[in-house]
Amino acid sequence: MIGSLDARLPDGPIENAWTDHKFDLRLVNPNNKRRFTVIVVGTGLAGASAAASLGELGYRVKAFTYHDSPRRAHSIAAQGGINAAKNYKNDGDSVYRLFYDTIKGGDYRSREANVYRLAETSLAIIDQCVAAGVPFAREYGGLLDNRSFGGAQVSRTFYARGQTGQQLLLGAYSALMRQVAAGTVALHTRAEMLDLVVAEDRAVGIATRDLLTGEISAHAGDAVILATGGYSNVYYLSTNAMMCNVTAAWRAHRRGALFANPCYTQIHPTCIPAGDDFQSKLTLMSESLRNDGRIWVPRALDDTRAPADIPEAARDYYLEERYAAFGNLVPRDVASRNAKTVVDAGRGVGPLRNGVYLDFSGVLERDGAEVVRAKYGNLFDMYQRITGEDPYRVPMRIYPAVHYTMGGLWVDYNLMSNVPGLFVAGEANFSDHGANRLGASALMQGLADGYFIVPYTVGDYLAGRLGKEGPGTDHPAFADTVSDVNERTARWPAARGSRTVDWFHRELGQIVWDHCGMSRNAAGLQKALSEIPALRQEFHADVCVPGSAATLNQSLEKAGRVDDFFELAELLARDALEREESCGGHFREEHQDAEGEARRDDERFTHVAAWEWAGPGAEPIRHREELTFSAVTPTTRSYK
Amino acid sequence: MSTTNNGALSVHLRVWRQDGPGDAGRFETYDVGDISSDASFLEMLDVLNERLTLEGREPITFESDCREGICGTCGLMINGRAHGPQKGTATCQLHMREFSDGDVITVEPWRAGSFEVIRDLAVDRTDLDRIIAAGGYISVNTGAAPDANLVPVPKEASESAFDAAACIGCGACVAACPNSAAQLFTAAKVQHLNLLPQGQPERWARTEAMVETMEQFFGSCTNHGECEEACPKEISIDFIAWTNRDYVRAKLKNRKLAGQV
Amino acid sequence: MGKKWVMALTGLTLLGFVLVHMLGNLHLYDGPWETHEYAETLRDLGTEVIPRTWALWALRFGLIAAFALHIHSAYSLTRMSRSADRRYPGGRDYIAANYASRTMRWTGPLVGLFVVYHLADLTWGHFNPDYIRGDPYHNVVASLSNLPVAIWYIVANVALAVHIYHGAWSMFQSLGINSPRWNPLRRRFAQAFAAVILVGNLSFPILVQAGVIDDGGRSVVREHQEQLDGAVGEALGTLGSAP
Repeated sequence: MIGSLDARLPDGPIENAWTDHKFDLRLVNPNNKRRFTVIVVGTGLAGASAAASLGELGYRVKAFTYHDSPRRAHSIAAQGGINAAKNYKNDGDSVYRLFYDTIKGGDYRSREANVYRLAETSLAIIDQCVAAGVPFAREYGGLLDNRSFGGAQVSRTFYARGQTGQQLLLGAYSALMRQVAAGTVALHTRAEMLDLVVAEDRAVGIATRDLLTGEISAHAGDAVILATGGYSNVYYLSTNAMMCNVTAAWRAHRRGALFANPCYTQIHPTCIPAGDDFQSKLTLMSESLRNDGRIWVPRALDDTRAPADIPEAARDYYLEERYAAFGNLVPRDVASRNAKTVVDAGRGVGPLRNGVYLDFSGVLERDGAEVVRAKYGNLFDMYQRITGEDPYRVPMRIYPAVHYTMGGLWVDYNLMSNVPGLFVAGEANFSDHGANRLGASALMQGLADGYFIVPYTVGDYLAGRLGKEGPGTDHPAFADTVSDVNERTARWPAARGSRTVDWFHRELGQIVWDHCGMSRNAAGLQKALSEIPALRQEFHADVCVPGSAATLNQSLEKAGRVDDFFELAELLARDALEREESCGGHFREEHQDAEGEARRDDERFTHVAAWEWAGPGAEPIRHREELTFSAVTPTTRSYK
Repeated sequence: MSTTNNGALSVHLRVWRQDGPGDAGRFETYDVGDISSDASFLEMLDVLNERLTLEGREPITFESDCREGICGTCGLMINGRAHGPQKGTATCQLHMREFSDGDVITVEPWRAGSFEVIRDLAVDRTDLDRIIAAGGYISVNTGAAPDANLVPVPKEASESAFDAAACIGCGACVAACPNSAAQLFTAAKVQHLNLLPQGQPERWARTEAMVETMEQFFGSCTNHGECEEACPKEISIDFIAWTNRDYVRAKLKNRKLAGQV
Repeated sequence: MGKKWVMALTGLTLLGFVLVHMLGNLHLYDGPWETHEYAETLRDLGTEVIPRTWALWALRFGLIAAFALHIHSAYSLTRMSRSADRRYPGGRDYIAANYASRTMRWTGPLVGLFVVYHLADLTWGHFNPDYIRGDPYHNVVASLSNLPVAIWYIVANVALAVHIYHGAWSMFQSLGINSPRWNPLRRRFAQAFAAVILVGNLSFPILVQAGVIDDGGRSVVREHQEQLDGAVGEALGTLGSAP
């Protein structure tokens, strides 16, 4: 069913591509907009901003979230900031530089045109957010402050203390609630999308489960926008929120949407390591900590002395030793892999030997506790609240954790998937970050998609549907999909096995973490590919889901989500196995140089891998979208 | 100094169980043993829930999502305190080291007239969203914004607006208030926008609409100050005072003259 | 929230009254005649411009209105909270709320009841067989020398002070008088105000009981009146017996 993958990229120089393309996009006249219903699933940064903007334009929008309020999506937890090429610091930033940094950071595995548009749009995002009342940090003159973030050489990151994601989401949420009050957006809370309805080869609606009553219902729309986030929770332990899942995207994939680059996952180096076996999730701490903290482990194996008792000579500051130029500030993937190496070698610290020290004693001695408190006070407090240890006196313990997934549903330049009428925005799509995402770019992409791209491109699609609205929920495809979902959901309350859903999720996460985590190899991936389906079989045979399907039932919700994680995990492993190179967050041990640095294979892998669902148990089909570079020339990353 | 405080502890829980909004509900007691003091309170409940599941009983329904204290989904009344004993801490960030071995811990849902209990410890907080829909926004359509640095914002005002904007919408202020007033939530939301230059054009209409919507659903503030103590973001009741002032000014102001400085 | 303003503004008015009332009552320490003259001064207020007692009645009506509005707001705000609130079967653990703030709805009605009694006792003379119109000193002594009455006065005034302790602070919040510069003073103001009222008002029953304020059952005003009447009668008699 899928021909060649056409990203519908605009021709001509990238500087004008988006402007020209916007002119070429068809328009829907204001009176006709209200004839179209647009479904938006998810109310994080991308979803809330898209729903609000489409509502403002006059479309009838239906917004769905499984939370009790649209303000709870996990965008809210982003700490660091949002990039924009404003050049307010006069330090040489520009749209081109942000574009260049992003495409280089993505290890040349993203589309030039998309990334350029992202950099270009970043300017308007900041304007929009400030006008909406986002309280970004300011200087004494009342103008906006910026900081350098994630190793960037210019200060282009706008921030709101350590809660930038929260403030941006509250901005988008308030715009959304304004439209709810105006009647242009119908808000459906505690409604989880469990399937996509496809009819006449187009996305025409969704099926949702009311989480309070268990009722499965169908909703028709002339276009469907998925803004349902990433799939880091396939690892069980990640920095994602407990409920984050892949179900909406995965169900769309099973209905025909291609899933691109699932193996591109990002590990964040500065998380708090798990404290015990019952750890439910991991907490990230801003990587700004690496600006002043020194990372080390004991040189000796199983050195159980307290950190203060370990003399300088017995400490291994491994990043400073290996990477003279960047030291503790090497990119996320490099810092993460090195931490894994030392911990795997048995030199980890902490009760479970699963972390490395991030030591502030130097800066504390040099600048004093007050200076450190002003910079990192809230992070230190958070660390102490979680671990019970005082980082002013004992070094922090950190370890990498899965944090973001660059892969996602394949979309063209218009952010439309290969299923016409199905748009994907934010982390749920694969579009802009290539194989690795730069710090402070996730918020930027979510808002770019939602505020400034989807509202145009959805209009173009709908313009072509004028006079052909529908079909409504009376089309048999809706009844069929609802009955599919009912059947799937009804299976769980009957399951009375001997293990909990969480137990299976933990086991699955362990397999994915061990074999498809920070570094991967063919043997491990093969092993994962055999273990995952076996565990899934056991899951179906032996899981226990108490309660009924007709009430709020959190075990049942989780069962469905974990079931989809199993299938995604398999695809992730398969994609990682096929991509025989190391790039960005995807590190194949077979593909490294003598010094252990990642080696890309531009010859064979300068393309997007987009997977087509071929049915349960069948091998998925790998499609390719070739990437071409005209504005930049791929080079090897080096941080030595 | 020891780098570990992994000491295990046992606690006796009295947990509110309620099958649905119509059910009368009751306390049930559970003993949970061998919990690491490094575990979070919710992880302790996770452990209990896994056990209940395997015993063929229904696990306790409670809500949480980010478990980083920022999304505002979680919220339990623990020993009579909203979010439990640790100041400035949401339930999900509360750890078992705050308790001692052998403690009896009473766990209840948030209670307020407008917070209907859905099941066990989960409640409906939709009315907080209604207050936002009434005016908790700046009316600026996408694309209509001027350059971000066009309007300078005094740093003090910006910081103060941020202090208010830090609200996570968990509803602890309502739960802790003996009047079930949502004054701290509403005031934080109102003042976040009212303190910024961008929020001035709609200041009076916003204040009036949000306050009056709040009063449809929640009780009346008698300035106990419990909300400030319960707030995981330690938002000050100063914002309540400022909102009270703004409300009367909104009532008295000739808005046709609102453009005058 | 308009009602909160009414609460605060009427509360402020009543605070003013309570203070002036207490200060005025200090005339009890000057003696019976001075107390009588103070009472007469109140009736004479504004007589340069308006007829006698009009100003006093205007103040009384103002006070009655403030009182009525204070009670009405309290009643409707309490109803609003009652319908919004749900009890915790497991109990609450208060952190910030103090005894005063939690008992406003008890101390308020108590003070209200007391005010009615107080008026009936000392203004209308209902409970006092020895009531003498126009001799406040005598009436006060006659009432408060009765131990149960003195205890009732003490209880009610402690309640009043507790009510003021929270009210005089809460008022600032409700009125939006809040600035980092002044905030620490608000609590101290309420504490000081409550203390002054408490000490002043409690001194009367206690010192009457202690016998410091005492007129020995005599009424200086009545005696004066009688003297005056006698003198007049004498004068009239002299006139009548004139040849």
